[in-house]
Amino acid sequence: MRFIGIIVAALLIPDAVCAAEIPQAERRSGYSFMKPDTRAIQDDDTANPGMLWVLDGEALWKRKAGAADKACADCHDNARISMKGVAARYPAFDMALGRPVDLEQRINSCRVNRQQATPLPFESRDLLALTAFVARQSHGVAIETGGDPQLAPFIARGRELFMQRQGQLNLGCANCHDDNWEKRLAGSAITQGHPTGYPLYRLEWQSLGSLQRRLRACISGIRAQPYDYGAPELVELELYLMSRARGMRMETPAVRP
Amino acid sequence: MASALINVPAKAKRGDIIEIKTLMSHIMETGYRHMASGEIVPRDIITSFACRFNGTEIFRADLFPAIAANPFITFFTTAIESGKFEFEWVGDRGFSETASASITVE
Repeated sequence: MRFIGIIVAALLIPDAVCAAEIPQAERRSGYSFMKPDTRAIQDDDTANPGMLWVLDGEALWKRKAGAADKACADCHDNARISMKGVAARYPAFDMALGRPVDLEQRINSCRVNRQQATPLPFESRDLLALTAFVARQSHGVAIETGGDPQLAPFIARGRELFMQRQGQLNLGCANCHDDNWEKRLAGSAITQGHPTGYPLYRLEWQSLGSLQRRLRACISGIRAQPYDYGAPELVELELYLMSRARGMRMETPAVRP
Repeated sequence: MASALINVPAKAKRGDIIEIKTLMSHIMETGYRHMASGEIVPRDIITSFACRFNGTEIFRADLFPAIAANPFITFFTTAIESGKFEFEWVGDRGFSETASASITVE
């Protein structure tokens, strides 16, 4: 009986002691967990492979598409001015849909409604390129997502999902990214999970990828069923994570191991 | 939409050792992976890279399936005279890309 008591206590203690959010002053970008050689790839724009997508995105920005025969640039003109700081406010509330949309979904809604073109598939090279190009214009800008009061219930739901244990391993995001950051999992650093640099180039993927791809990979990692691309749950999680990273600087396109 | 990123110093002093950095967009599909249907994904890699300076070849590399996507190749050379670097990547399925950059040597 005493033995069982110890096990129960051991299972209860980590939750009781650690389940706290990271204090503002201790928040760190995933960049600070990387080795100097990986940091060097991100720091040099001519070594950062993410910049290849940014270049492609710039070309797409100027290319006419859809039945309206309009390019992004025809309405938004110079992205360096019009898109500065935009990605630092996403996911944002969409009036027409009555819920938050992330940057990829916003670009696709522009494609469908304004350009009258077909939406780009999630994780397609073109969608990643356009998203990276738009987000690049916010490089160095402090994240302000979540300021809109209409977002409050969605942030709360995202937070709930972040805290909730799920999957065969019965883990929630917070068990690693709030409670055990700076430790290691199978040799890799456990970061705080601030999405400051998406879409980003993961050396493991050998490609640029979205935050939704990263979240789905993490959800498979805890052996739960990942939500589909574009699912409201993923957007709420993105929204919570971005609001949790408020004040941190955008790094798009970041490089991660 | 293949694209290259080239980093060559715009200016250098005669005799300086300069670093040249190149990044080429390419999937570098190894040819060893299988599709769900069991068929092999055909190899699609860059097989060679060369750099010429004012028409003379100064650097060449052969690439193989073990090289990661978007190959990043850097090398050093000595700045002797002003001129133009020309880069060329050649690969499977008729892949061929070029880029160039100029340097002023004082």
